[in-house]
Amino acid sequence: MTDLTDMQDPLIAAEVWLAEGRGVALATVIETWGSAPRPVGSHLAIDSDGNFMGSVSGGCVEGAVITEATEVIASGTPRILEFGVADETAWRVGLSCGGRIRVHVERLG
Amino acid sequence: MRMDILHAVNRARANRRAIATLTELDGETVQVFDEGDRPEGALGETLEKAFRSGKPTVLDLDGKPHFLNVYLPPARIVVIGAVHISQALAPMARLAGYDLTVIDPRTAFATPERFEGVDLIADWPEDALKDRPLDAYTALAAVTHDPKIDDLPILSALRAGCFYIGALGSRKTHAKRVERLKAEGMTDDQIATISAPIGLDIGAATPAEIAVAVLADIIRAYRQRSLAGKDAA
Repeated sequence: MTDLTDMQDPLIAAEVWLAEGRGVALATVIETWGSAPRPVGSHLAIDSDGNFMGSVSGGCVEGAVITEATEVIASGTPRILEFGVADETAWRVGLSCGGRIRVHVERLG
Repeated sequence: MRMDILHAVNRARANRRAIATLTELDGETVQVFDEGDRPEGALGETLEKAFRSGKPTVLDLDGKPHFLNVYLPPARIVVIGAVHISQALAPMARLAGYDLTVIDPRTAFATPERFEGVDLIADWPEDALKDRPLDAYTALAAVTHDPKIDDLPILSALRAGCFYIGALGSRKTHAKRVERLKAEGMTDDQIATISAPIGLDIGAATPAEIAVAVLADIIRAYRQRSLAGKDAA
């Protein structure tokens, strides 16, 4: 049973944050290739202050997703983000495991 | 994603109901589906597969890419019998990521001292299961040896379609159990789904080793259930 007071659950944290009047975005892993640390469907909830709960990787790309999510909260426009070792940005936000992931980010509420 | 969609997803998860969401990839999450919903066409088929396998997927609808996410209730183990095997099984199940509840009406067995930190109900299964009924995402392990305690939850588990039903007891004990279940109207096919003697055959001798065999049996049933859904896809 999912405990509706479990603030470590990203979807519950998101609902609580929304009820508190915070701006909230939800990031979701929509596709993975190769060895990806978190399965498709995994969530990361982010509020406008950069607080976050859940994960879309093993901590490799969360920083970049949080930055993008802050902009999504401000603009309201959803985005698709792609991360992988082949990226130019691999030095900073690539997946060290060698996999690739696509992440959808949308504003909640 | 609208607040009402997020709320519906969280409510379903709290009530151990499966739920799915549909997201436009160049937009946002637009729709929510319960397990019984069967929209027309490709979406309906994909939805059915997703509910069976528990695997989210990307799909094209009207030429536009969408993402179908699916949330299945976490697997749960209900153990009938607060016996030595259950004492070993409880911490193992927690390590493996399964919720676990122990039910036993015998208050000498079902004591907090013997089951510290475990969800323990010292009551008859028929009463204990009223509040939290068995479902397709639940495994039932009946380990009391006592038909007065084990039989009813086994029948409930067969009717609820539990993904795993295991019953402790020798082949002789099970043969008698089969007769009783038949008398209750259970078919041979239904009865054949019961794992008896319980657990994978690894020659387990001690209560802890039997707990390993039971947990491995449950994990196999759960993971093969997922693979079956994937194969069908």
